[in-house]
Amino acid sequence: MAVDVAFWILAVLSVVAALAVIMLRDVFRAALFLILCFFTVAGIYVTLNAGFLAAVQVLIYIGAIAILLIFAIMFTRDAQAGNPSGRLRLPAGVAAVVLLGVMISSAVTYGWLEGGEMSEMTSTGGLGQLLFSENGFVLPLEIAGVMLLAAALGAIAIMREK
Amino acid sequence: MSIGLEHYLVLSAILFCIGMYGALVKRNAVVILMCIEIMLNAANIALVAFSRFLVPGTVVLEGQVFAIFVIVVAAAEAAVGLAIIMAVYRTRKTVDASEIDLMKG
Repeated sequence: MAVDVAFWILAVLSVVAALAVIMLRDVFRAALFLILCFFTVAGIYVTLNAGFLAAVQVLIYIGAIAILLIFAIMFTRDAQAGNPSGRLRLPAGVAAVVLLGVMISSAVTYGWLEGGEMSEMTSTGGLGQLLFSENGFVLPLEIAGVMLLAAALGAIAIMREK
Repeated sequence: MSIGLEHYLVLSAILFCIGMYGALVKRNAVVILMCIEIMLNAANIALVAFSRFLVPGTVVLEGQVFAIFVIVVAAAEAAVGLAIIMAVYRTRKTVDASEIDLMKG
């Protein structure tokens, strides 16, 4: 089945890209692999029938956040010495592996109800109705807009020269 | 065996743990922010997978709405976090998180 093949390719690619982000010495290359990771996650959204989220992922994560990160790397480049790890390497690795084991075992052993056949209809229209309807998420949407404005103003205020 | 909820949850857990390890270990503040973005992406995969698989036969759109709000907060967090990193870089000439210890007791 095509979706299964796509899922395996995208899953392996995203894990490899995420590993490259934390392994590579060069911070700029790590940022490029982060973009690859974002792209594969967008593909994973497509396999989950969430086409709108995939478009939002590409537009916001790759178009805005990744560009901001690369901008910051360029700005701070002359002072940075590679991508070194700190002293916490061993305890952090143990904590990550233990957490991974707990999460995987609980996800696999719990008896989830199996989903039925995938409906072919895209979910964009329903998503818009849910976001903007009175008994949906219109108040959180407005609050999110105010929060974005506050974040933009705060970033400008922090960055401004004295 | 076709792809089910468990596959997406395991992928989400792997990505989350990679991001957590990087956020704990890395010393470059920009890389720490990048690892936090990986963690947010992992949580989003879990949310969208639940919205697709949790109720058989239908798509529960609330999971996707939550993922959209996570993306919005991630954008705000990246803007403010990078502004803070640049402000620190301007005064301290470093982005090494282990050297930014002015408030350490």
